[in-house]
Amino acid sequence: MGVKLSAIQLQQKANIIREDIILMLEAAGSGHSAGSLGLADILSALYFNIMNIDPKDPNWPDRDIFLLSNGHTVPVQYAAMAEAGYFEKSELMTLRKLGSRLQGHPERTKLPGLENTSGPLGSGLSQAAGMAYAFQYLDDAKHRFVYTVMGDGELDEGNVWEAAMFAGKYKLSQLIAIIDRNNIQIDGNTEDVMPLEDLRGKWESFGWHVIEIDGHNMESIIDAASIARAITNRPSVIIAHTIPGKGVDFMEYDYKWHGIAPNSEQAREALIKLHTLDGKINLGDNLR
Amino acid sequence: MSNYPLNPKLFDDDVLQEPIRLGFGRGLKEAGQSNEDIVALCADLTESTQVHLFAEAFPERFIQVGIAEQNLVAVASGLASVGKIPFASSYAAFNPGRNWEQIKTTIALNDQPVKIVASHAGVGVGPDGATHQMLEDIALMRVMPNMVVVVPGDSIEAQKATLAISNNNKPSYLRLARPKTPVFSTLESPFEVGVAYVLRDGSDVSLFGTGIMTYQLLIAANILAENGINAEVVHVPTIKPLDIDTILASARKTGRVVTAEEAQIIGGLGGAIAEILGENLPTPLLRVGIDDRYGESGEPMELLDHFGLTGKHIAKKVEDFVQHKSQYHREY
Repeated sequence: MGVKLSAIQLQQKANIIREDIILMLEAAGSGHSAGSLGLADILSALYFNIMNIDPKDPNWPDRDIFLLSNGHTVPVQYAAMAEAGYFEKSELMTLRKLGSRLQGHPERTKLPGLENTSGPLGSGLSQAAGMAYAFQYLDDAKHRFVYTVMGDGELDEGNVWEAAMFAGKYKLSQLIAIIDRNNIQIDGNTEDVMPLEDLRGKWESFGWHVIEIDGHNMESIIDAASIARAITNRPSVIIAHTIPGKGVDFMEYDYKWHGIAPNSEQAREALIKLHTLDGKINLGDNLR
Repeated sequence: MSNYPLNPKLFDDDVLQEPIRLGFGRGLKEAGQSNEDIVALCADLTESTQVHLFAEAFPERFIQVGIAEQNLVAVASGLASVGKIPFASSYAAFNPGRNWEQIKTTIALNDQPVKIVASHAGVGVGPDGATHQMLEDIALMRVMPNMVVVVPGDSIEAQKATLAISNNNKPSYLRLARPKTPVFSTLESPFEVGVAYVLRDGSDVSLFGTGIMTYQLLIAANILAENGINAEVVHVPTIKPLDIDTILASARKTGRVVTAEEAQIIGGLGGAIAEILGENLPTPLLRVGIDDRYGESGEPMELLDHFGLTGKHIAKKVEDFVQHKSQYHREY
């Protein structure tokens, strides 16, 4: 386990991840831009501060687990993993290409460091619950936590609520779910396609501890994870309000960018936006 | 020559009859005694799937998930990914009928050694009717890369099969029947995943059976013998990987092939054997099973009779088949 980065350093990592996402998606020619960009801050916080992991030893027996349930946003995970040192960054440009370990949706058997295979939505929380159950009841591994990121549109799936009920029943306190609440899915806004609200009330009624945060505020993300780890009698869910396409203004809030990649012109424009992002957020003088 | 030890009381009126699922229940408990990594999950059908035998012996390793078959197998995937050997059981109609995609993505593609245990498969479920009579599962499961598919023929074999898949380190599917059926094997009979067994030598026709149909084929072979037809009976408890060598050797010897299963003949054992014969050894083929229709309510034996799956009916079909198809095979 390396050094835990500070909030300012995490913001810088998140921006590197965003730039890599744009480059990867442009090279791939397809993929999911909005959700990947929107999760960059959360993945940065997880991989460089919150989780106990060792990128040089992906199967370290005491590691925390990260499961990406909404597998279509995997470019953000690949970018974070490469930045953390799981593999060479040059491999990012093989995304979605024939023979690549970086499949369009994550496949555990292809790439060390991936803990599951996902894409079809709704099953990641169940898998995470199975792991958390083992840690809590079977292995006496109280020090290990399981983090899983779900999309908000994904919550339309019935499997999610089967898992929510299961985790509530067994009080899986080492299970920490993070919902990417960006309000979009392929066909439009979540509240038009299939309303999710009262989202907090739903999870609370299933026996979960609910924390709502700004999913782009590093201190909030880190604090929420700390609180979630400290809750010992319930599973926790962090509803992270995010901006789809965060950092690239012409992608932000636009559901049309859910499932497409930028062309070269759009990618160049996006990188310019990202390069100037440090003017919009306070990186501190020492990082300029 | 067959050296498979058959139950000496096989054709007696008082032959031991037991539900195949009971053999699974015993096998799971036995496996649990020797391997602490084995855990069992059930979706509100603990007693009827016979998982209660394990649950009572090892309550700390039993997980009740409620009526939620998608969660059942995906939780099992998570348990397997941290070193457990989960047996996830329910009725075949729901598991894999309800949760096929979760099995594919989180277990088969993800290559986790979860054991999918499907009780109450086939029309033998009886009065519950078509909704609960799973007939498509063999086809559904054998099409899945990485998946082992086992359909034991009786309770003793089900116990051995359960132990065998508990340490094969692969995603595996175990198909079980509900009613009491005759036990044709013995404790000494061999069982190995991927192996088919010649139970009776013959020269006129090869009868390949899986699950409860193998017993019916042995009955049919007796009737056929009385009518001068010498049938070879081959038990095929593993549908995947299929024992191609044993199947081709028998087909080469007899030149006529019949398959029998308590499932859809499309894509099932009949489909699997048709594929390998078509590619390797074109041979006249008759598929016995459920022919592209759903089941219906009735008592188990009444339904087997209704669908032409008893030894008497099969003997008649085979007799017609033998009379109308000459012995033939073509080597490539």
